[in-house]
Amino acid sequence: MIQIKNLSKVYQTGSTMLQVLKEVSLHIRPQEFVAIIGPSGSGKSTLMNMIGCLDTPTSGSVIIDNHSTSSLSEDELAEIRNSKIGFIFQSFNLLSKLNALENVELPLIYRGVNTNERRQKAVKFLTLVGLDDRMDHLPSQLSGGQQQRVAVARALAGEPPIILADEPTGALDSKSGKELISILHRLNELGHTIVLITHDLDIAKQAKRVVRIHDGMIVSDTKAGD
Amino acid sequence: MNFNQAVKLAIAGIKGNKMRSFLTMLGVIIGVSTVIILVSVGQGSTKQVTGQIESMGSNLISVSIRGRGGVSGLNYQEALKLGDRTGVSGAAPTISGNVTVKFGTKTVDTSLEGTNDKYATVRNQKTSSGRFLLPIDITYRQKVVLLGSEVSRELFGFGNPLNQEVKINGVKFKVIGILEEKGSSMGGSNDDKVLIPITTAMRLLANPQISSISIQAKTKEDVDTVVRQLEAALLRKFKDEDNYRVFNQAEMLSTVNQVTGTLTLMLGGIAGVSLLVGGIGIMNIMLVSVTERTREIGIRKAIGAKRRDIMRQFLVEAVVVSSIGGILGILIGFLGSKGLGSLLKISTVISPQVVLLAFGFSVLVGVFFGWFPANKAARLKPIDALRFE
Repeated sequence: MIQIKNLSKVYQTGSTMLQVLKEVSLHIRPQEFVAIIGPSGSGKSTLMNMIGCLDTPTSGSVIIDNHSTSSLSEDELAEIRNSKIGFIFQSFNLLSKLNALENVELPLIYRGVNTNERRQKAVKFLTLVGLDDRMDHLPSQLSGGQQQRVAVARALAGEPPIILADEPTGALDSKSGKELISILHRLNELGHTIVLITHDLDIAKQAKRVVRIHDGMIVSDTKAGD
Repeated sequence: MNFNQAVKLAIAGIKGNKMRSFLTMLGVIIGVSTVIILVSVGQGSTKQVTGQIESMGSNLISVSIRGRGGVSGLNYQEALKLGDRTGVSGAAPTISGNVTVKFGTKTVDTSLEGTNDKYATVRNQKTSSGRFLLPIDITYRQKVVLLGSEVSRELFGFGNPLNQEVKINGVKFKVIGILEEKGSSMGGSNDDKVLIPITTAMRLLANPQISSISIQAKTKEDVDTVVRQLEAALLRKFKDEDNYRVFNQAEMLSTVNQVTGTLTLMLGGIAGVSLLVGGIGIMNIMLVSVTERTREIGIRKAIGAKRRDIMRQFLVEAVVVSSIGGILGILIGFLGSKGLGSLLKISTVISPQVVLLAFGFSVLVGVFFGWFPANKAARLKPIDALRFE
């Protein structure tokens, strides 16, 4: 599903070069639930941006569902993001002027899905995350946990095989956080590949596979039960 | 994302920031409405002046004689002879002067024109009641008068002046007709005058010299030939070009049209500049908007918006702002030109071409000035846009 080979990323600020990822290789199979854990500055967010096709690597390759991302144009990358990947961000990243339903519809709008089908799907996924009674609320009228669930519904709307969650519980209280993790588990059972980025060991432990990253390198890769 | 959604999105964006959107539109509104108002005033005055010139008669040639007395004068017979040539369908020599017209206790100072029966066709002067001068009035020096509508109103109010007797400079005249209203022109009011037979006028004013001759050519094509012949004949008679002038109506018309056309273009140009300034206002606000919404752009890109989706979103927003501004500008321009017309008592003409042009230009302004900010938004890298705070 996701194949990362010798991935390096170097940021250049002025004359100083900062290598955030050093020759990282990682293979994530379909329907895996992987947690990528590491302290801040370890390069885990950069890794996620590469997987999510939001950023381009300095060297190495990222292959998503048999598409090598380095050979794709910006618009083709947008298409990959739209059809293959659902994002869940730490800061929710909902559009503040759109209500819950419209936010969830957004990926389908860019896919060119017609109004009726769009609405149906958005309602379906909002119901799945338990927000069927909050559909016309603006993000500002929802609690953090509810906003994150809208974001989950949005990530699901395009029915992507991969869900990328970057510190999804970071801005939530512990109860909402637990609920969110259980939603992710349910999605995994439904067949989505889940990649969860976190610095919280307790959350990482709930994944089936834990990849530890430190100073831009993978230091351990353990499966649950090992 | 299709076009409909882009428009909906743009309208939502505009509604989300009403005050700012309005201020952005204001530039376009002012631009479009001033274009429409100024051009309508320009075209209105063109139409008015053209109408007046045309109402003087078609294929008209006016000869004015400046000399007074002796060699440099022209009497009635000479004037008629001057006009008696092929290509001329009629000539109306005119003597003019200022007189006092009196009816009962009311008096009016007005201008008097003594002319012949041809005047009616040559100058396209109809009567609204009564009859015009007849050849017999000229031959027998009848003391009959036609009153201009203004003179008639002042002397008789709403009463019927026909067959009444008025005194012109103390001499009794019978009113035989009322001249049809023509409105005022550059040369003053056409309705504040009285017409009497030319032969009578010579005696009344004690002046046998013709002051002007109105000559009508048979066709448009004859005008130039007749003008040349007249000039040659007049030069032979007066030996001095300063003693007479020959006006060609068609020439006058084209000169006037040229002048007013230039004026209209200039007014439109000045207004066009304000439309341009309005466009720069749109670009300014759109650039601010792009910066403000960098994060939104990042989110949209993260969930699959392509470059052209973002481009379209911002471009459509700019065009929608400028188009709404254009429509409001047209409405205000319409009201403004009507209001200005009635306030200043000038005629204004709103031509559909100008409205279309102004609207089209305002849309173009939106596209042109929206392009740069939209492109800037579309080129943002998703990760940079997402990280933007």
